[in-house]
Amino acid sequence: MAAGTALEPMTMATAKEIAAEEFSTIVTTHRPQIFRFLLASTGDVDLAETLTQDCFLKAHRNWASFRGDSSAMTWLMRIAINLQKDHWRNRRMRFWRQTQTNSVDLDEASDWLPSGERSAEQQLLAREQVERVWKSVKGLSERQRTVFLLRYVEERELSEIAETIGLSEGTVKAHLSRALGKVRAELGGKR
Amino acid sequence: MSWRAKWAGKSEGRMELAADKSQDPALEQALENFRLSIHAWSDAAYNRPRTAAKTVRHWSWRLATSCALGCVLVAGSVAGGVYERHQRQEMARIAAQQAAQQKLAAEQRAREEEEDLLAKVDSDVSREVPSAMEPLAQLMAEDEAQ
Repeated sequence: MAAGTALEPMTMATAKEIAAEEFSTIVTTHRPQIFRFLLASTGDVDLAETLTQDCFLKAHRNWASFRGDSSAMTWLMRIAINLQKDHWRNRRMRFWRQTQTNSVDLDEASDWLPSGERSAEQQLLAREQVERVWKSVKGLSERQRTVFLLRYVEERELSEIAETIGLSEGTVKAHLSRALGKVRAELGGKR
Repeated sequence: MSWRAKWAGKSEGRMELAADKSQDPALEQALENFRLSIHAWSDAAYNRPRTAAKTVRHWSWRLATSCALGCVLVAGSVAGGVYERHQRQEMARIAAQQAAQQKLAAEQRAREEEEDLLAKVDSDVSREVPSAMEPLAQLMAEDEAQ
């Protein structure tokens, strides 16, 4: 009995330490991806940073309840999507302010191109393409945009996207198809 | 999940991704550029140097205010204590005075009652005692008359 009571606090402390280490690893591994997704969704660096912080804060609070049914990334992405939804919902409630559903500055966003071995002409063409994709992404519904970004920016599988958003794979495919159709139309119309 | 299953899943995902783009090279190129653009933007934003804004705190002003408040508090406590003590002493003095007055009054009353009682006893119970020289005076008066 005495040995049991003496060992119990040590075990708890060790478990806590292990959990903290695990969470620290999760943060290091997934933070850039979560930030990237939120940046692509919101188009606002500061907002993306704030939401990323909130996401990991929420994850830390609920880390004990994470049972590993899905991957940590899927779990974190779900939290990030919910936070983003809450953010836009709260913004819409403040109707006296100018509603801003998507703050992507096309010029700023399409300025960023990978500096590969490209000619000036190719760079210009790429910039124009990126600008058009941004424009069409801006016109997508919230759900279509999320599915599109998870698929083509984060390169997630359809099953993962379905699990993250909580929809069936068929519905995800339908959203993706519509989103892709709009992007194609934007690119085709101005090609 | 083993690495084989993971690898199989990944490659399956890539194949799905390619199928989505439905063999449209222009679309494929545009989506690839879009992805790379976001990655570049995100990397730059994620790794940008962050400047922590230093908040200027007016320590002297705060110190002076807290000192003044502390002094007021201490002075208030001391004054309150002294006043309370004085009040208690005053109350004790008044109480002692009242007790002494009551005691005096009680003593006075008791003395008066005693005197009254003695007087009553004198008047009610005792007889008038004749003067010691009266019989002699009587005899002398009778002699003179004779």
